[in-house]
Amino acid sequence: MKTGSNLEKVFESGKFAVTAEIGPPQSANPEPLTHHAKMLKGYADAFNLTDNQTAVVRLSSIASAVIIMREGIEPVIQMTCRDRNRIALQSDLLGASALGIRNVLCLTGDHQIFGNEKASKSVFDFDSVSEISVFDKLRREGKQAGGQEIKDPPKVYLGCAENPFATPYEFRATRLAKKVAAGADFVQTQAIFDMDMFEKWMDEVRARGLDKKVHILAGVLPMKTAGAARYMKNKVPGMIVPNQIIDRMKNAKDSKEEGIKLCVEQIETLKAMKGVHGVHIMAVMWEEMVPRIVEEAGLLPRPSIE
Amino acid sequence: MIVAKRKPMAEIAEMVAPYKTVKVIGCRSCVAICLAGGEKEVKMLVSALRLKAKKEGRKQEFEGLVVERQCEKEWVEEVEGKILDSDLVLSMACSLGAQTIGDMYPKKIVFPALNTGIFGVPEEQGVWSEKCVGCGNCIIHTTGGICPIARCAKSMLNGPCGGSSNGKCEVNLEVDCAWYAIHERLKLQNRLDLIEQVSPPKDWSTSHSGGRRVYVRDDAKLTQHQKKGKEAVR
Repeated sequence: MKTGSNLEKVFESGKFAVTAEIGPPQSANPEPLTHHAKMLKGYADAFNLTDNQTAVVRLSSIASAVIIMREGIEPVIQMTCRDRNRIALQSDLLGASALGIRNVLCLTGDHQIFGNEKASKSVFDFDSVSEISVFDKLRREGKQAGGQEIKDPPKVYLGCAENPFATPYEFRATRLAKKVAAGADFVQTQAIFDMDMFEKWMDEVRARGLDKKVHILAGVLPMKTAGAARYMKNKVPGMIVPNQIIDRMKNAKDSKEEGIKLCVEQIETLKAMKGVHGVHIMAVMWEEMVPRIVEEAGLLPRPSIE
Repeated sequence: MIVAKRKPMAEIAEMVAPYKTVKVIGCRSCVAICLAGGEKEVKMLVSALRLKAKKEGRKQEFEGLVVERQCEKEWVEEVEGKILDSDLVLSMACSLGAQTIGDMYPKKIVFPALNTGIFGVPEEQGVWSEKCVGCGNCIIHTTGGICPIARCAKSMLNGPCGGSSNGKCEVNLEVDCAWYAIHERLKLQNRLDLIEQVSPPKDWSTSHSGGRRVYVRDDAKLTQHQKKGKEAVR
């Protein structure tokens, strides 16, 4: 697939890719996006704009993408199946492509029970896998889910997410295989804290040859405090945080510094892991640390590929 | 069966307060079995409403009745006189029963005393769980006999999502993750291949999304002749 996506070019060049996340504001003010775009320019190959993450109403992912593109950085829009049926999803894909957005991350989406509009009606017409399969057909064959053919199909590079740390563990590589079969070009994993468990998942992924079919971005999440680590261990379903990591954060003199150090070490380990093609840095509410992490992990300068 | 729950007493009392002659009509089918609107529940609600009316100085008459199946006209007709004699029918059947009475006697006001909830099964005494949402195109032969449309919070066809934790659903950690259960069941049956392929998007047109559904069985319908015969018997 040649979509013109910078992220695609970096992957295709064989370089170790870096992506990061910019959380859209809970307001109509574009300034936080512009601010982060200026700050992060040159430190990652593309930036995820979350789609009403945890079902909290925020400035839309597509609008956020256009705002950061004005600053000269490349977006990855997220499109969840929670709020839009297949008419809206396909329509927004066409719209996103027309606006010059080249990367789309397909997600089922966090249930609305977690957010600030608990009384809303959920959609879930698709799930992430069927979303990918429909988008892939639309871009390759110009054919909609309902069969109608369209002129000028969208030019998009398609991503997905997978969580090696959710049950049943033995099905998680299979689930990635399903997403690859559906047409995913790249995958971002859930934040990794248990490196042994991630290695085990990667063993299965490699055994199935999936690392040759899909570009794998390993997810990392820098933590500020031991409390944050404990919260993720105990309160976030599908997250595994080993006790050693919590202890390390707890015993550190400066937990923020320790969090950065840990994140950089994780990236070093992931860089050396066969089949891992890049990292996705989820510095939630801590975007300003991304430049430092990328630099200390020896990932600068970011490649410029024509 | 259809599982319903009685509305809170305060809400019911407020609904019925303006009406003088109130017939509280229960049903001996699903709502009796799920302890929401059978004979016993009708009696209890009637006495509670009487007590409340007396306490608050309202002159209201409450009478409790129970029909065999409130969703079928033939059974409702048995209490027609009582319905016609009322200012208000407070139905203790599921919404189907309440609507049947309303459609049969359009001049009569019919209020629901229950909140109709789920197509469910009793798991143990006092616990009912949803297992079907009536999507109109059953697929459980492909999912180990477990319905992901009803039992997965996101109705996924390619689950489980990333929030499946120790086999439980992230939306409610008390509830089993449907896709974890599907995986375990198919593993037990040595049929995991069924969920290794991509499930395409579901055609929701057979569900409520396709508009209100009316199922017609031509072979079961009465002929004009049979209809006349039935009328004559009445």
